[in-house]
Amino acid sequence: MSGESGPVSRRVKFAADGARSATLAALDRQPGGHVLRNRLFLGLLVIAVGIALVGLAAILIDAVAKGQGRLGFDLLTKSTSANAERAGFREAIVGTAFLMGLVILMAVPIGVSAAVYLEEFGSRERWWNRLIELNIQNLAAVPAVIYGILGLAFIARGPIGIGQVLFTGALTLTLLVLPTVIIASREAIRAVPPSIREGSLALGATQWQTIWRQVLPAAMPGILTGVILAVSRALGEAAPLLLLGAFTFVTFLPNVFEGGFTALPVLIYNYARRAQEGMPEVAAAGIIIMLAVLLLMNSFAIWLRNRFEQKW
Amino acid sequence: MVGAMAEGTTKQVHDRPEISVRPDDLRARGPAEHREKTFELKDVAVSYGDSPAVKNVTMDIYRNNITALIGPSGCGKSTLLRCLNRMNDLIPSARVEGQLLYHGADLYGPKVDPVQVRKLIGMVFQKPNPFPKSIYDNIAFGPRTLGMKGDMDEIVEKALRRAALWDEAKDRLSDNAYGMSGGQQQRLCIARAIAIDPDVVLMDEPCSALDPVSTYKIEDLMLELKERYSIVIVTHNMQQAARVSDMTAFLTVEMTSDEKNRWGQVVEYDDTDKIFTNPSDSRTEDYVSGRVG
Amino acid sequence: MATQDLSAAEAAGLPARRLEAQSRRYGEKAIKAFLAACAVLSVITTTAILFSLLTPSIGFFQEVPLTEFFGSTQWFPSQAFFGVLPLVVGTLNVVLWSMVFAIPIGLGAAIYLSEYAPRRVRKVIKPVLEVLAGIPTVAIGFFGFYFLVPLLRDIWPGDFLGGPPGAYMAGAAALCVGLMIVPIISSISEDAMSSVPGGLREGAYALGASKMRVALRVVFPAALSGIVASIVLGISRAIGETMIVLMVAGNLANISLNPVEIVQAMTAYIGITATGDIATGTVEYDTIFAVGVLLFTMTLVMNLISIRFVRKFREVYE
Repeated sequence: MSGESGPVSRRVKFAADGARSATLAALDRQPGGHVLRNRLFLGLLVIAVGIALVGLAAILIDAVAKGQGRLGFDLLTKSTSANAERAGFREAIVGTAFLMGLVILMAVPIGVSAAVYLEEFGSRERWWNRLIELNIQNLAAVPAVIYGILGLAFIARGPIGIGQVLFTGALTLTLLVLPTVIIASREAIRAVPPSIREGSLALGATQWQTIWRQVLPAAMPGILTGVILAVSRALGEAAPLLLLGAFTFVTFLPNVFEGGFTALPVLIYNYARRAQEGMPEVAAAGIIIMLAVLLLMNSFAIWLRNRFEQKW
Repeated sequence: MVGAMAEGTTKQVHDRPEISVRPDDLRARGPAEHREKTFELKDVAVSYGDSPAVKNVTMDIYRNNITALIGPSGCGKSTLLRCLNRMNDLIPSARVEGQLLYHGADLYGPKVDPVQVRKLIGMVFQKPNPFPKSIYDNIAFGPRTLGMKGDMDEIVEKALRRAALWDEAKDRLSDNAYGMSGGQQQRLCIARAIAIDPDVVLMDEPCSALDPVSTYKIEDLMLELKERYSIVIVTHNMQQAARVSDMTAFLTVEMTSDEKNRWGQVVEYDDTDKIFTNPSDSRTEDYVSGRVG
Repeated sequence: MATQDLSAAEAAGLPARRLEAQSRRYGEKAIKAFLAACAVLSVITTTAILFSLLTPSIGFFQEVPLTEFFGSTQWFPSQAFFGVLPLVVGTLNVVLWSMVFAIPIGLGAAIYLSEYAPRRVRKVIKPVLEVLAGIPTVAIGFFGFYFLVPLLRDIWPGDFLGGPPGAYMAGAAALCVGLMIVPIISSISEDAMSSVPGGLREGAYALGASKMRVALRVVFPAALSGIVASIVLGISRAIGETMIVLMVAGNLANISLNPVEIVQAMTAYIGITATGDIATGTVEYDTIFAVGVLLFTMTLVMNLISIRFVRKFREVYE
């Protein structure tokens, strides 16, 4: 076995190591001792899971506890304000709604198109296709704040230069979620079996007709689920928008291409920073609203997936 | 006359499932030299990259015949079949050499569009592959995509009738095709293929994933279909070839002395009853008598 | 003699149908070009990011020499102190302690879900952990500042590590970041462990090994590259996290790895400066981009390492 390298012999190595360890343990075994050790180990594992769950619960319960007193429909009608009594989330919610709408409008066609290209047309032999894939993998892990810098220096100023407006935020968030949409769409497209494509082509359909009329419709549930998850991530992102001027107090409803804007997570951060009496409660109420919207979106995504999933 | 012949065929198939020879009137009309040729293959060879898959294929396929390609696994029957509708184009490393004429025209000519080829030469696959749509939409997909004129309901009904599926499907046209049994799905795929009114229907082991009853139904169907279409079928079931086909080609595996390269070659191609009762080549005789393969 | 039309077929009564393409199909070519352009956008985005980071940074580094940026230990841009070390140490402080928390919890959860949990328990716990991954970081930051720090302050034992924490605390930020990272580590590690073939486990069980031994001595080593990949990815996410450190760790540059103290992470610095009043185009403003370059480089290196480990894992098991 020595001198041979490669995946199969590595598996053999793992198996041999495991066998060696088990045999030595069996030979050394003290009666009764190992049962206690195993129970302890399992206990530790359960504690680990427990801590994670307790942490999650604490985050949610704390937000609800602090915010539910302040919760009410007035939060949707009142404007941004430094006064806890007059403070609401009207502009922020509208801003977030506009942002998400634009993100969906831009990210879906571009993301699905890129996924179609990579799955149906791009052969991995060509170096430029591999470069594109590498880029997408890297972009998926770039911190959100860096996308903010991109938006600031390239879109708001720089070559595109449209200023710190809502559309800049939308464009920045689109670029942020695009890798996720592409990756999810690719998986959905890949799941469609080749036999479907063959059947369509054998009838004299062109490649694009096959993609448009067979592959994409079949992959749509998976694509939609991926889009919803990507958008729900964009909804909660504050960091990139901080760099695009969303932090300022905006008391007017946003215009897509002119003037300032704000968004829900940014305003929550804004309120949370303030020491005035009652502001943390407003911020917590905002968190409850945000979490409720996210819960709705994710439940919808799960329902979609269960209802329309095609088992091949 | 045609109906009576079809009936006679059905009786024949069900009464004698062992190797049998069909009566004379069902054989292709007239001696080989006077029959009309759908395909003419001269020295056709297919390779994937550097490995050859099929070599030295020279044969003519005739109109309104059922031509069977038989042989042990790995002899390139499916590869050869897929040349006829240019499905091998989908594999980037595939290379087709030699001359392949379709009604006298070069199928691999520089201006030939594979998409157009496939509108004339259809294919049914080994594992039934209906689309994840309703039965109606499965059939209608081809005509709609190809822009065929006419009443879609009529086109769908005609295709289903010709595939002997109308009675079973007519009340569930909007049901998902996946709810059908395997045999029904394959007949659906046949209906789908003939809905666009092709000239030729290629079948790649169409019954190998089906139960015997469905197999017989599809064999009966083939005998009806050959009145309108030319059919080329790959099958590993010799009895099936004997039952339905007019002409049979027997392929076998050849290899280089170091066994590094293996490819398929046509050993013998002739009228079916000759292949099965009095083959010229001993390899053919070994195969059809079950001694080998 | 090959001809391009089907005269023989016509003679036989078939309608004349040609083998040549019926139309030029420019539409399809245009569609394919559009699809390719969408894919190329990824390369353009990376280029744009590099442009956005490097262009202002070049100006910055003409004013502030690299030796000062990396060598000096004072970060006070308004007074022209441009030593980035405190920010890096600040990030390191939070990331280090977050990993000390997240790795045992994440791996523990992964081993439990992969080797011990009955199917019904797994079906519930797995999605619940995913919820943790989906909580917006501003909500976690709120929790850290308004709940965790006051709690720690209340229960803090005497002057352990220098006394109870103030309003901001690096360690609390680390706990919050750690909580955020746990799903990443547990999910990817659990996938890696589940991919280990059952045969390896069964061989050890057949020799009388206990479940703990199989989990630790067979499955864990076999899944190691996947596990390492998950940890490296977690580190990368922790380095790039902004809102939590901004809200919980504080905004005072401080060279310390002590979790009780206030620190300023690189991301927090970028966030607070961009929302501040500094005039654009000044050297002080351009610190955003210089720190951004450093941040991007660090996460990029981590990501490439992680990809390498994922590939190594896939080689063996897929």
